[in-house]
Amino acid sequence: MTPPSPTADIVPALMARFPGLETSAYRGQTRVVVGEPVSLEVLSFLAAAGFDLLVDVTCVDYLEYRGATRRYGLVYLLASTATAHRLTVRVFVDDPTPAVRSVVGLWRSADWLEREVWDMFGIDFVGHPDLRRLMMPEQFTAHPLRKDYPLQGRGERHNFPVLTREDG
Amino acid sequence: MALELPENVVVSRLDELASWCRKNSLWPMPFATACCGIELMATGAAKHDLARFGAEVFRFSPRQCDLMIVAGRVAMKMLPVLQRIWLQMHEPKWCISMGACASTGGVFDTYAVVQGIDRFIPVDMYVPGCPPRPEQLIQAIIDLQDKIQREGTITGREFETRERQFRNHRPPGQDPTGGDDHRPGVRDARATVSQARPRRGGRATLDRCRPQSGHPAGAAIPPFLMLWPPETVAREA
Repeated sequence: MTPPSPTADIVPALMARFPGLETSAYRGQTRVVVGEPVSLEVLSFLAAAGFDLLVDVTCVDYLEYRGATRRYGLVYLLASTATAHRLTVRVFVDDPTPAVRSVVGLWRSADWLEREVWDMFGIDFVGHPDLRRLMMPEQFTAHPLRKDYPLQGRGERHNFPVLTREDG
Repeated sequence: MALELPENVVVSRLDELASWCRKNSLWPMPFATACCGIELMATGAAKHDLARFGAEVFRFSPRQCDLMIVAGRVAMKMLPVLQRIWLQMHEPKWCISMGACASTGGVFDTYAVVQGIDRFIPVDMYVPGCPPRPEQLIQAIIDLQDKIQREGTITGREFETRERQFRNHRPPGQDPTGGDDHRPGVRDARATVSQARPRRGGRATLDRCRPQSGHPAGAAIPPFLMLWPPETVAREA
C-alpha cells in the first residue's frame, strides 16, 4: 500500500491506521494527540506520508494549568515542502521520568531541537545519539523552563569565583 | 644652588609621566555582547571619534589591551569567558562596565544573567544607560583618564617597590596597610559620578544582600559551575 500524501485526507488515513487518536482543528490547523507508546510509530507514518520537514519540537509545562491532567505536552510541528500542508502532533508525558522516543532517525533537524527540550524541560529522548545540554552550561543541574524552577534561579548565577585586583 | 634649565625642559615625576602616557593611549578590549556594543561601535566611529582621546585602537586580543569595556548583558555561560579574558590582559589594566545590564543585570533578572559583572571582576567605571549614549561612554573614558593620572595604575604595583621594601622592614604588629592612599581597596574621596555604583531598589537590592538558597554567600564554591579549577586561575594570573 502506498502511503497517503500529506493532503487534507492525512488525518482519516492516520485514524484508520491508529484508531483512537484524538484530533481537533482550529482555523485550518490540524492537531493530533498521540499517546507516548505509539508516538514514534505515528511520526514514522507521517514522515513516510510526505511530511519531510520537522519545523519544531518544543514542550509546554502544564504544572498548575487549569484543567490540565498531564504535566508535559510535547509539540511536534510538521510540514510538507511539496504540498505546504502542516500538522501539529502533541505527545503528553508525566513525571517522575518524562521520556519519549527520539525522532532523530526520521528528521535530522530533531537533533538540536530535542537537545533543547532536554536542556530546558528535562524530557528524556530515548535513542537520541547525543543528548547533551544545548544552551545551559554542561555543569548545570536544573531544567530551567519547568514551572517549578524559580525565575531567578537557585543561586547558579552567583556561583562563580570572584576575581580581585590581586588575582591579576 | 638653583638648577639652570633650558626653557624647553619640563621636570616631572616618572610615575606621573607613565600615567600620562597610559591614559592617552588606552587600547580597549571590546567585550560587546548586546545593544551596548552598537553604541560602543558608534563611539569608535567617525562621528564621535574615540581617537580624540587616544582610545581608538580596539583590539580583539586581550594580550594587546589594557581597557576592557564590557558592553551588554553577561550570561552565566559567558562569565567564565569574561573572567578568562580579564586574566589574560596584562597589567596595568582597567575595566568599564557599560550599561545597565553589565552593571546590574538590567531588566534581565533571571537565572541565566549575571547580576552585575563587578561581583566577579574588578570594575573601575560604571556607565549608566540602556544603552548609554556615546557621549556617556566618552565621559567615562575621560573620568577613567583622570583616575589613571591620579592613581597611577590600578594597583600601583610597579611603583611600589620602595613601599614594599619599607613594609617588609616594618616591625611586626603594625598595620601593614595603614596610611597609604595608593593602596588597592582604599576608596578615593573624589570619586566621580560615573564611578558611583548604580543603585536599584526593591527586590534586586535585597537579592544582592541575601544569601542564595543552596549556596550561601561566603561558602566554598562547589565543583558545580566551577568551569576551571582555582589552580588554573592562579597559574594564569
